[in-house]
Amino acid sequence: MQDERPLDPSRRNFFKSGAAAVTLTLAPGVTVMAFGGTAASAQGADAGKRWGLLIDVNKCSKDCEACVTACKDENGWEGKGKAEQNAQWIRKVTLKDKSTGRESSLPVMCQHCEQPPCVDVCPTGASFKRKDGIVLVDKHICIGCRYCMMACPFKARSFVHEPVNNQKTFAPRGKGTVESCTLCVHRIDAGRIPACVEACDATGNGAMTFGDLNDPESEISKALTAYPSVALRDDLDLNPGVRYANL
Amino acid sequence: MERTIYREIKATQGVWTLGIILLGLVGLAGLSVLYVEHYGHAVTGMNNQIVWGLPHVFAIFLIVAASGALNVASMASVFNNKAYKPLSRLSGILAISLLVGGLLVLVLDLGRPDRLLIAMTTFNFTSIFTWNVLLYTGFIGVVALYLWVQMDRSVHPKFTKPAGILAFVWRLVLTTGTGSIFGWLVARPGYDAAVMAPLFISMSFALGLAVFILVLMALFAMDGRELGEAILKRMTNLLAIFIAVVLYFTAVQHLTNLYAAEHAGIERFILSQGGIYTTLFWGVQIVIGALLPMALIFGGTPGSVSARAGLASVLVIIGGFAQLYVIVVGGQAYPLDTFPGYEVTSSFFDGEIASYTPSVYELALGVGGVAVALIATGLATKVLRILPTNLADKNLEG
Repeated sequence: MQDERPLDPSRRNFFKSGAAAVTLTLAPGVTVMAFGGTAASAQGADAGKRWGLLIDVNKCSKDCEACVTACKDENGWEGKGKAEQNAQWIRKVTLKDKSTGRESSLPVMCQHCEQPPCVDVCPTGASFKRKDGIVLVDKHICIGCRYCMMACPFKARSFVHEPVNNQKTFAPRGKGTVESCTLCVHRIDAGRIPACVEACDATGNGAMTFGDLNDPESEISKALTAYPSVALRDDLDLNPGVRYANL
Repeated sequence: MERTIYREIKATQGVWTLGIILLGLVGLAGLSVLYVEHYGHAVTGMNNQIVWGLPHVFAIFLIVAASGALNVASMASVFNNKAYKPLSRLSGILAISLLVGGLLVLVLDLGRPDRLLIAMTTFNFTSIFTWNVLLYTGFIGVVALYLWVQMDRSVHPKFTKPAGILAFVWRLVLTTGTGSIFGWLVARPGYDAAVMAPLFISMSFALGLAVFILVLMALFAMDGRELGEAILKRMTNLLAIFIAVVLYFTAVQHLTNLYAAEHAGIERFILSQGGIYTTLFWGVQIVIGALLPMALIFGGTPGSVSARAGLASVLVIIGGFAQLYVIVVGGQAYPLDTFPGYEVTSSFFDGEIASYTPSVYELALGVGGVAVALIATGLATKVLRILPTNLADKNLEG
């Protein structure tokens, strides 16, 4: 589905008024915030852009987890429960070529597909794609059916199995809903780069390049033109926004 | 031959006892749901690898059996097989009841069941789930209409056939939708196959009839009504044919996969090296759930017809449950093939066979769904004129 959802002002206003009412009648001095993946962030989406990532596998060090740590810190998804149930928005994957034995290491996160299967299967439209290609979950209407997790070929999505607290206002999480990499949409809307890319740069590895795939003059577009790269599961023709070089 | 008379069942002590036991099971399911909703799915065996578990096996079983339970009515009004006509009402009631039970399980396992209203009002028409919401609720309406046409004497009998055809077509589309939940999943090697839709339809035929036979036998026994051997023989013969059709589509499913080198991994997993899933496939689904009941039905084994019919139906249900467990859980246990040609490892269990141990809460929820279906059926036969008074052989028509 190509649901490039515009901002729904009535929905925003509803939440604003709801929050105000609660503050007035129940808890003076306590700010009730209405936040979510959709309305607040979709306002900044620019239909002319398509945000993407290029990951140079040769530059990605096997022992480095900087991108993962940065994402955890930025978005607050560090799990404290069972490993099988903990959320992982981004993970380091180690690959060993079955025929040659060559090993490589790379981060895998939501691939922000142009044709996202998670958006196709979502019964309520909670799983949606912004105008600028970022695939998000609207936490207000996710019913927690997990069909998107069944449909994602990259295992990019996690279900929140346990109660969560101390959340970041720009990365709300909710027990019983599904979540995944937001490409740090809150940073992008503020003109910054995703936390993983910033952390990777800081290590000096420089394995991750972020930018606008629609802008031929962007660093990422130039790199993609100059060097070969692949999309994961390119047989599925999903046209992900995340590409890998030297895989 | 007597005219077919439909009468409510009597509230015997047996009916009350069974009702109380079933209500107790529903209560346990309710407590489990509250517990899981409070602590989150962390207390279940499900995880980020096996995202659909035992509740989904129960739910899909009930939903698939629901559409199949309607077949008995279709035999009468669509295919003009008069022997089944007295059973049409129970067929419709059981179909609705099983569907409601299955949907309850499905909905109460959601991460946010409190948002059901969103699922009922906010649609995404590229999602087969959305279509299923409409197909499932529509099914209840269509079967209710079908029942009304049959039961209201002021409605001319000529409307029974069109209503029956509508319900029959609807149920075929509905089960196509259920099978397509898996058939349209391109991401996973265990699914992504068009055969899922006809496979699920064939399963619905077998499972629905098996459940129908058991419910019919139980209700007649509890109310002391006579159930002749002839109708049971007809139904078990039909059951054996349905079992064969399930075996056929199962064979097509696996042979098609075996032919493609890219699917060798998932087939090796399910058919030979998958541990519990391999055991469930060969031991329970194929031997206990298909070959054994077919031998019971066709083999002329000793024992009464009703004992054989009951046992064969129980075995088919066990086999169908195993089949759904292998499809739903086994299909997820096998890792995604995101990096063909590589051995994959990560802290997120990439490249590993996922483990899953169902919790008691999941079991209680699933059993609660079955209990709701049985209570609804029992209640309907208590307050409505659903069951014929006499199904003795001399009363069998056609």
